[in-house]
Amino acid sequence: MGEEVKLFRSWSSSFALRIVWALEIKGIEYEAVFEDLSNKSPLLLQYNRVHKKIPILVHNGRPIVESFVILEYIDETWKQAPLLPEDPYERAMARFWAKFGEDKVLTSIWSAFIKQGKEQEEAMVAAMENLKFLEKEMKGKKFFGGERIGYVDLTLGWLANLGSIFEEIVGLKIVDEEKFPLLYSWMQDFAEAPIIRDNWPPRDKMIVKFQALLDAAIAASSSSSSSK
Amino acid sequence: MADEIVLLSTWPSMFGNRVRVALAEKGLKYEYKEEDLWNKSPLLLMMNPVHKKIPVLIHNGKPISESMIIVEYIDEVWNHKSPLLPTDPYQRAQARFWADYVDKKLYDIGKKIIWSTKGEQETGKKELIECLKLLEGELGDNPYFGGENFGFVDVSLVTFSCWFHTYESYGNFSIETECPKLVAWTKRCLEKESVSSSLADPHKIHDFASGVRKRLGIE
Repeated sequence: MGEEVKLFRSWSSSFALRIVWALEIKGIEYEAVFEDLSNKSPLLLQYNRVHKKIPILVHNGRPIVESFVILEYIDETWKQAPLLPEDPYERAMARFWAKFGEDKVLTSIWSAFIKQGKEQEEAMVAAMENLKFLEKEMKGKKFFGGERIGYVDLTLGWLANLGSIFEEIVGLKIVDEEKFPLLYSWMQDFAEAPIIRDNWPPRDKMIVKFQALLDAAIAASSSSSSSK
Repeated sequence: MADEIVLLSTWPSMFGNRVRVALAEKGLKYEYKEEDLWNKSPLLLMMNPVHKKIPVLIHNGKPISESMIIVEYIDEVWNHKSPLLPTDPYQRAQARFWADYVDKKLYDIGKKIIWSTKGEQETGKKELIECLKLLEGELGDNPYFGGENFGFVDVSLVTFSCWFHTYESYGNFSIETECPKLVAWTKRCLEKESVSSSLADPHKIHDFASGVRKRLGIE
């Protein structure tokens, strides 16, 4: 009996990578459809008319969008290798940390990377505060999911890759091994785990991409301040 | 053994009131503690050290934060009546999507109308109407976002309805004119005891907003 699973993604999106990992961890066969985000396909726009973004999971012709929503859908539809814990309180905690990672950690680290001057300093302070909470959460655990990679690990996974890419480009230490030993070691364990490791986008291409984004941001901020 | 449920919240909060609606839907008894956000209690700071925000649900001493995460927790633990999420995974994904849409959009757009400058207010008004029209389209001809029954998306959105009068007043427009079906839906929801007992009075919200504007130096 055919199950048709398609994933609309891009080569670099950390959000789509969460879904790649989830599908592969569960051993689900799927077709990857790579989108050029500067030239979105009519199909993408049709499947995600509200946000017009990837990732989009299409299961037997029906689309699901927003990576957190897709992860929960995958976990509920394919029960093997569960991503979320069974206990309702533990599930609520997992959802809490995933949201914290998205709303606070990602936002502050992105700002620390893309902004300059005082704004960057403030973003770094916020990022350090946020990372302290994650460090505390890692106590006694190998992964955020415990012994196995779980929902929170997948949602925070971008940190294990983009963290060092940002550090290389701007020369700022974000996850210092001395300040955040548990988080640092999680980044190594996660990045090297089977399936995770096989799906990282090419590092050299990522550096080129994010350097270009940074250059554009610097150009935009200096032209706006000099046009007074 | 009886469940001990405590809710830390504030009466005008559309987020806190979501939890009140969910608890009422499930027929649960709980202790309500009103927080003063200008002077947060040690309990709040201890139970939500990460964000220091309300609402926080404390169930048998264990805290849960973030309103829709709390609502989902309540739905999972007390699954004996009034299910808020459907059972089918695809329907659940749709419900989570729309609740997430409400979360991403409504509060920040509303802030533009109430707490900011004239220019931003106009932008906010346009964005709010666009947002509410999209939601109205999603409701369609169903009585609730949950279909025949009041559900997860209804909980996420209905608590904003007591703020509509405030948005209308500062934005100088009528939500009922722009989105009659949505306003009809809010009235339908208010017929439910769980909703009417959990939402604040729209005029009290307006006075509250006016007070905050003075405090922030906007008026």
